[in-house]
This record gives sequence, C-alpha cells and structure tokens, in this order.
Amino acid sequence: MGDQSKAARFERSILPHLDAAYNLARWLTRNQHDAEDMVQEAYLRAFKFFDGFHGTDARAWLLTIVRNTCYTWLQQNRGRETTVSFDEEIHATESELSNPATLVLKSGDMEMLKMALEELPVEFREVIVLRDLEEFSYKEVAEIANIPMGTVMSRLARARERLKRILCVRLKENL
Amino acid sequence: MDCKSAQTLLDGYLDGELDPVRNLEIENHLHRCARCSQSYNDREAIRAGLKTGSFYFKAPADLRNRIQRSVRRTAKAEASPDWLSWSWPGVAVPITVAALVILIVVPFFLRPSSEEFLTQEVVSSHIRSLMANHLADVPSSDQHTVKPWFNGKLDFSPPVKDLANQGFLLVGGRLDYLDSRPVAALVYQRDKHVINVFIWPSDRTGETGAAPVARQGYNLFHWTGSGMTFWVASDLEQSQLEQFVAMLKGQMPAT
Repeated sequence: MGDQSKAARFERSILPHLDAAYNLARWLTRNQHDAEDMVQEAYLRAFKFFDGFHGTDARAWLLTIVRNTCYTWLQQNRGRETTVSFDEEIHATESELSNPATLVLKSGDMEMLKMALEELPVEFREVIVLRDLEEFSYKEVAEIANIPMGTVMSRLARARERLKRILCVRLKENL
Repeated sequence: MDCKSAQTLLDGYLDGELDPVRNLEIENHLHRCARCSQSYNDREAIRAGLKTGSFYFKAPADLRNRIQRSVRRTAKAEASPDWLSWSWPGVAVPITVAALVILIVVPFFLRPSSEEFLTQEVVSSHIRSLMANHLADVPSSDQHTVKPWFNGKLDFSPPVKDLANQGFLLVGGRLDYLDSRPVAALVYQRDKHVINVFIWPSDRTGETGAAPVARQGYNLFHWTGSGMTFWVASDLEQSQLEQFVAMLKGQMPAT
C-alpha cells in the first residue's frame, strides 16, 4: 500500500477524533497551548504507528497515544501537577450539608463543578474525562489509562467523592 | 449487603457496569439505606452535570489543518522505502551518515565540473583582456567615473572601490561576458601587474570566504557577498592578491 493512501486512510479514520483528543489533552494539561502541542505530537506518533493499528476503535487507540504523550509531558513538568496525596480527613465536612452536589448543580453553577474537576489530581481527572465525557466502558478506560479494571471503578469512586467534597467546601465558602 | 460494600459498588452501579445479581443487591440496599441513597444521588447529580456538554473542550479550528499539514509532510518524508516507516531509531544513524555523504562528498565530485568551467572562463577572460589591448572601456582612475559608466549597460551596479592609497590603482572598467551573462570587469594595477575583478549578481545569499585557485600561472580568488559574485584574476603573487581581496571585501581597513 502506498504512502499516499496511508495518509488518506489515516485522515479518514483518525482525524475525525480530533475533538476527543483535544478534550483529553486539554483536561490533562489544563491549558490550551500545551494541549494543542500534545495533540499535534500525538497525531504524528499515531501516524508513525498507524501501520500497527488493526483494531476497530480508532478513538480509543488515539486517546491511548494522547494520554501517553501527555503523561510524558506531565512527568517533565511535574512541579505544576497535584498528585494523589489528598488527605481523606475532610470527609467529616460532608455530613453538614445534606446534598451539596445536588444543590450546586440545581443552582446551575457549572463553573464551580468545572473548577472542582480542574483541581482533581490528574489520575482522577483522567478517569472522569474518559468515563463521563467520552463515555468509554470501564474496560476501555482500563486499556487507555493502562490500569486494572478494578482500579477504574475505585478511582472513579474516589474522584466523584472528591468532586463532591470540593463542591461542599466551595458551597460553604459561598454561604 | 452492608454500607461498606455498597459504597464500593455504587459507581459501578451508576455506570451500569455491574452484573445483574449485584445490581439487584445494590437496589435493595439503596431502598433501605438513606445515607447510601444520598451518596448515589450526589454522584448521579455530578455525573449529570459533567454530561451537560459545557465541559467538553472542542479543538480550535486551525488545529485540524495544522495536523493535516504535518501528517502529509511526514507522509511525504517517509516516502517510498518501506523500512523507513518502522524501526525509525534503527535507521536514523545510517540516514545521518548517508546525508553527510550526500552533503559533503557528493558536492566534492560535482562542483569541479561546473565551477572548473567558470574558472577557465575567468582565466581566459583575464588573458584576453591583456592580449587585445582592450583592457578598459572606460579608462579612469576615478571610482565616480567608473561606477556610473556601467549604468544602462548592466542591470546591476557593481561596487567600485578606490584603493590607490593601498597601492592598487584603479585603471578602469569594461563590460565582459561570463557565466552566460554580461558582467562588470574592474581593472586595477599594482606595479606592472594587472588585476581583473569580475562582478555579477549572485543568486546565493550570505557570504562565502574567498577561495584561492591557481591556473596557468595566474592566481584567482572567488567569493560571494552582498548579493554579488566576485572573481579576481591576476599574475600578482598570491599573498598580495589576498591582501587586495581582503580590502575589496572591506575586511581590511583602508589605511
């Protein structure tokens, strides 16, 4: 198969998932400029390895590459990144407000939820984006994030719990 | 089912990732436990909020074009040889070596053919100017006479320097024909030695060093700079001619 057709096949099957690639990179890097760089780099890598892609889910395949590209970048820029070392003790605050998340979301304050998601450690942000925004199954999330399926569920649980707590704290500040 | 295991399965239940038996167990528990039920509602609200769509970043409009361009460029660069597309690191070194060979060795063999021809032309031109008593069309030692003389005869204006104080007397200028085009020839003299300076516009940008060549007892220097190609030919001794060249290039202060 000629290279012309390789490029054409690549553009046909991989390029349509640009938004998904950008969305993931944008959430992982948390800024537009780096996200664009990551996506561009990931696409070039994807093109290089395109001959080895025989699967059916091009979006999952591409996002695996985007994710790895971003993680390499994050390791080099680790200073800016929060890690998964939050203290579990804030747990206590939650009981004081009966249903904080529901309250916030009913108020239509999506900006608060968005900021809460940005605050999450990258490992949690990642599973939320893959599951709730991209709607991948646990199995697919596990493959993209390179973690066991059981970890997907526990990370999602902790991520959502953490989101709830951040919203709780924010809501109390605003009251 | 107790609250502890219910909490660990809550997300799987919410995401529809549990088997039917577990699903049923959780549902039963949620009916009975207000606290777990509240946790479930919170999670569901958060998930619903995330899915509203305002959290999804769409790629900037021009990113697609940029990626398309770089992919096509890469596709072109990968070109026909199949082995280039896999094991890229493995072939990087041989490619570098090959590139060096092409850049350094090949010009070494190629250059003489075209440049040697021009060198011969310059030597012939120099000799002819001495033979035919046709050294200068405009015999003048005044740079302000020689330079304007070329106006209307050439489509460029050659730089004319007065180096009389340095012992190189401007004798005049004339039209010549080199490299398939009309060129400016400036004639200088040092003692009895005649120096021809051939000048015409160069399509090369940037400066190159003056390279000395000797042919048939004549010394030649060739360089490009300020958008011009320069050839200097004379029977003057090479070191003196080199001095002259340096002054022409403006590297040596006019003392």
